[in-house]
Amino acid sequence: MSSELYDDGPVVHKPTFIDGTSVEIPELKILKQDGSTYEGAELPDMDESLALKVYKTLAFHRVLDERMVASQRQGRLSFYMAALGEEAASVGGAAGLKSQDMIMSQYREQGALMFRGFSLENFMNQMFSNEKDLGKGRQMPIHYGSSELNYMTISSPLGTQIPQATGYAYGQKLQGLDEVTLCYFGEGAASEGDFHAGLNMAAVQKAPVIFFCRNNGYAISTPSDEQFRGNGIASRGVGYGIKTLRIDGNDILAVIKATQTARSYALKENAPVLIEAMSYRLGAHSTSDDPSGYRTREEEEKWQANDPILRMKNWMLAQKWWDEAQEKSLFEKLREEVLAAVKVSEKIGKPHIDTLITDVYDVPSIQLEAQLEQVKAHVNKYPEAYPFTAGKF
Amino acid sequence: MAQMNMLHAINNALEIAMAEDESTLCFGEDVGHFGGVFRATSGLQEKFGKLRCFNTPLVEQGIIGFANGLAAQGSRPIAEIQFADYIFPAFDQIVNEAAKFRYRSGNEFDVGKLTIRSPYGGGIAGGLYHSQSPEAYFAHTPGLKVVIPRNPYQAKGLLLASIRDDNPVIFFEPKRLYRASIGEVPTEDYQLPIGKAEVVQTGSDITLLAWGAQMELLQKAADLAANDGISCEVIDLRSILPWDIETIANSVMKTGRLLVSQEAPLTAGFASEIAATIQQECFLHLESPVERVCGLDTPYPLALEKEYVADHLKIYEAIKRSIKF
Repeated sequence: MSSELYDDGPVVHKPTFIDGTSVEIPELKILKQDGSTYEGAELPDMDESLALKVYKTLAFHRVLDERMVASQRQGRLSFYMAALGEEAASVGGAAGLKSQDMIMSQYREQGALMFRGFSLENFMNQMFSNEKDLGKGRQMPIHYGSSELNYMTISSPLGTQIPQATGYAYGQKLQGLDEVTLCYFGEGAASEGDFHAGLNMAAVQKAPVIFFCRNNGYAISTPSDEQFRGNGIASRGVGYGIKTLRIDGNDILAVIKATQTARSYALKENAPVLIEAMSYRLGAHSTSDDPSGYRTREEEEKWQANDPILRMKNWMLAQKWWDEAQEKSLFEKLREEVLAAVKVSEKIGKPHIDTLITDVYDVPSIQLEAQLEQVKAHVNKYPEAYPFTAGKF
Repeated sequence: MAQMNMLHAINNALEIAMAEDESTLCFGEDVGHFGGVFRATSGLQEKFGKLRCFNTPLVEQGIIGFANGLAAQGSRPIAEIQFADYIFPAFDQIVNEAAKFRYRSGNEFDVGKLTIRSPYGGGIAGGLYHSQSPEAYFAHTPGLKVVIPRNPYQAKGLLLASIRDDNPVIFFEPKRLYRASIGEVPTEDYQLPIGKAEVVQTGSDITLLAWGAQMELLQKAADLAANDGISCEVIDLRSILPWDIETIANSVMKTGRLLVSQEAPLTAGFASEIAATIQQECFLHLESPVERVCGLDTPYPLALEKEYVADHLKIYEAIKRSIKF
């Protein structure tokens, strides 16, 4: 039917290839590394108080990452994933949304949750999988989630949240809500089938979802030129018929501006937007790998000079919204708070044995109840082998 | 009451569900204006609009991913996978996402409002890619419910219960019976319980257990056995997950014998799970080994379908084998 879906291109009479270079993709840049803005740049809608909140969140993010990587090295924590060098993408994304908007993340976007006000204790309790963890100690560290803060619990399988975000946003549209869904994923996860499924369905079903790709150059050890050909992830958005923006992902003002613009468009037009944020993962993929095995020191140094937090600090200083004394005292305070919180959370006990079978279904089945009783009897028989739960039920 | 075939009964259940709750949606490949390749969603788009009943692109993982998102958001999605043979691209969204959504979030989020409908099973000359019975794959996944009806009355009552259940449910529909199975169905709203088997014929010599389209063959075999003076207790399992151990065990403790029949291949099928559980629950009551009458451990054939299937004659022979053991 709908031939109007296709542009009327020129007619040719011999085979004429087209390729990705036919589409030129501009990259939005607003803020320079020295803290000045580009001439004529359109700034995001952001007052001093929002700017301070964004900057303090970035600072918190950096300190938490530093301390938790160190805790993992000390053997206090099993696993961690830092977002060093690309914090602007997650914090800025959340800052460009309204609090009622759903955020569905991949895993390296804890900055968005920090911006929404997830407490330090909540972060710690999740990482130490203790009895106060909202997720009941069931997932590896950094798999946060909060229904109250509209931040969907992280799932390890890559890309699965992409078609889910489309469905979530479709539901928001159907109920006529002033809400959109923002979905984060990496350039590596964009190779998953779920990426295609989610973007295509969002375009066809007209869902107000913002797909936010953090193109940080690496999927664990695999560089993006071994992940895909073509002009990045943005070119795919064009192919799916989705409004697309490519931005400097280390430019907090560009991230916020792009997200604000995408939000208004998605809501007004009931249609998806794709944002590709160009950045670099300065740290390791996780505490389980060492990037010196797959990339050069020179490459890392080049990106260290693009530090998004330093860039925002320079801007804040230029605005006279921040000074070096505040900087020093903020970082000192954050380091102390995080260290103190680690000491508290690591001592909190593990979840109750009954949580083995809860939440599998809304109500545990008769079979699950019977299996739990068997485990309890066994734990009682060999209590020394099960110190987390023995004597606690 | 009205005479309905299974498709009418399913369509009627979907209409009731969509009328009672504005957040209920039906979607899948060709589900919209066309009403689905089997017409199960016929007329729903006309009644409830294109926003609530629509075609999706041809992408099963997308259909279920989209449905998971909708359910997490608070809508009540009823997603159709056109044939159960094509559910596998969505396997990850079902077993890693839908099934674990509530557990992994500590009940911060859930997709309990999700229902997946899909026609399954053979007997329609569909060959290996339009005949499979994949229930055992999903029965191995905690967090899911798996329900299979045997006739129009069961289909309507169990589908309404599945749609309203606060857990993700996979509802497999025996497509061989879509038009072949006709019966009296109440026109009003009703539900049948998930997780409860039904004793459809009482007997004293052997318990025969199956689900879905296989029930018809089980009954035929029971009738043949009756001519030989063998009294069969016939049970429809109805829910594969969770399954009703108590009803089956009580029956086997009475009859002393169990035969389970499934369309799917023998090895690691759900019949195997039943056999293991019943030998544990009823060990001292068993007069003979639990019989499994199943498909062969091969892909589903086309030309030799009759030879492959666990038909009434194979079941009848197994009944006699069990009695004479």
